[in-house]
Amino acid sequence: MFRLRPEGDPATIAVVVEGRTTLVPAGASAAAAVLLAGFRSIRETPVQGSERAPYCMMGVCFDCLAEIDGVPNRQSCMIEARPGMQIRRQIRARKVDPAA
Amino acid sequence: MTRYDAIVMGGGLVGSAIAYGLAREGLRTVLLDEGDTAYRASRGNFGLVWVQSKGDGAPHYQRWTRRSADEWPALAAELLASTDISVGHERPGGVHLCLDETEFEERRARMARMQAEAGNFGFDYRMLDRRELADMLPGLGPSVIGASWTPYDGHTNSLNLLHALHKGFVEKGGRYIPNTTVGNAEVAPGDFRIPTADGEIGAAKIVLAAGLGNASLAGLFGLNAPVRPQRGQILVTERAQRVLPMPMTTIRQTIEGGIMLGDSQEDVGFNTSQKPEVMKTIARRAVLSFPWLRELQIVRAWAALRVMRPTACRSTTSRSASREPSPPTATAASRSPARMPTSSLR
Repeated sequence: MFRLRPEGDPATIAVVVEGRTTLVPAGASAAAAVLLAGFRSIRETPVQGSERAPYCMMGVCFDCLAEIDGVPNRQSCMIEARPGMQIRRQIRARKVDPAA
Repeated sequence: MTRYDAIVMGGGLVGSAIAYGLAREGLRTVLLDEGDTAYRASRGNFGLVWVQSKGDGAPHYQRWTRRSADEWPALAAELLASTDISVGHERPGGVHLCLDETEFEERRARMARMQAEAGNFGFDYRMLDRRELADMLPGLGPSVIGASWTPYDGHTNSLNLLHALHKGFVEKGGRYIPNTTVGNAEVAPGDFRIPTADGEIGAAKIVLAAGLGNASLAGLFGLNAPVRPQRGQILVTERAQRVLPMPMTTIRQTIEGGIMLGDSQEDVGFNTSQKPEVMKTIARRAVLSFPWLRELQIVRAWAALRVMRPTACRSTTSRSASREPSPPTATAASRSPARMPTSSLR
């Protein structure tokens, strides 16, 4: 659905979205990587479990929540893609471990 | 002039609940509301339907609060049936955490006093030690030494409640007039008249439920309601799986999973700005209570103004003595015929 603009910076940063290695330009957000990797959604909402994809891309809507490098519920549009970054689906509400 | 049976001034939780009840009882009712710039306690509400600390030294207020909480399940069911909006009400009982011996002993004395004041009405409570409490609340921090518990306490989604009351009021034939600030009125026995942008309205009965606005409104009707603002700040975490089985005075997990952390009591006048020092104190106390909260991100924070009675002692710094909101309405001409739970949200 999304492609890089031809006049933009080349895609040189390799991140992993749900196991799919994807190259993005330097400075791109993790949310951009999700879209570029071709996923139609990146999270399931906590209560209804319906699918959501990055939407506002500016830190407002919270629909781009993803697990990034093991940390749940990150706003992926506000996080810059780094080499080797692991981006995974946020499935419903995050877990907590009161016993930890 | 358009005549009604009743005019309700103030479209927050109290005013819309009264207006909803009047419309339900078949009265022609008009609800006057301000706009988005109003000091709206209803939009900053913590969402507790709290009983256990209400009415210390005022047995009538204790009874009123408990009866209100008793009527909540029926109200929630009625609103769901008539508006299709779930207000997310739960009443699993609630606890007030104590972080040191002094807090615990003060709390013990307060609960005993309230039980004595309840008389034949009864007041079911227990002081729980750390071990009992740790069985009820997962991941309890080592700083918590005990708590008071009652079966009466609960919580709700106060924004959904406000939405449901407004929707229900209009569906029952009520007329809602927003963006209205009342600056003058004509008052005669059984005949109140208010100028609005939509023309003059009149009614035999009027209800003042304008929160902090009552202080200036009351004078128009020969009443005195010198309510004062008290600022409270709240933090909310990201949504997480539900682990807290019941609400606490300053920590509760919503049905959707977010954890709300409150609350401050600040005498700063009409100032709704936030203060990092206060936010830090709220967060620190929450993490002492439940260390695992440290892992959660704060996603929202705000400040709002409570409506307080003027006589609450401010200087003795008794946390408990200064935190009881005043009964929020003043009625002229008659008591409201509607029996609605309006008093115990905060």
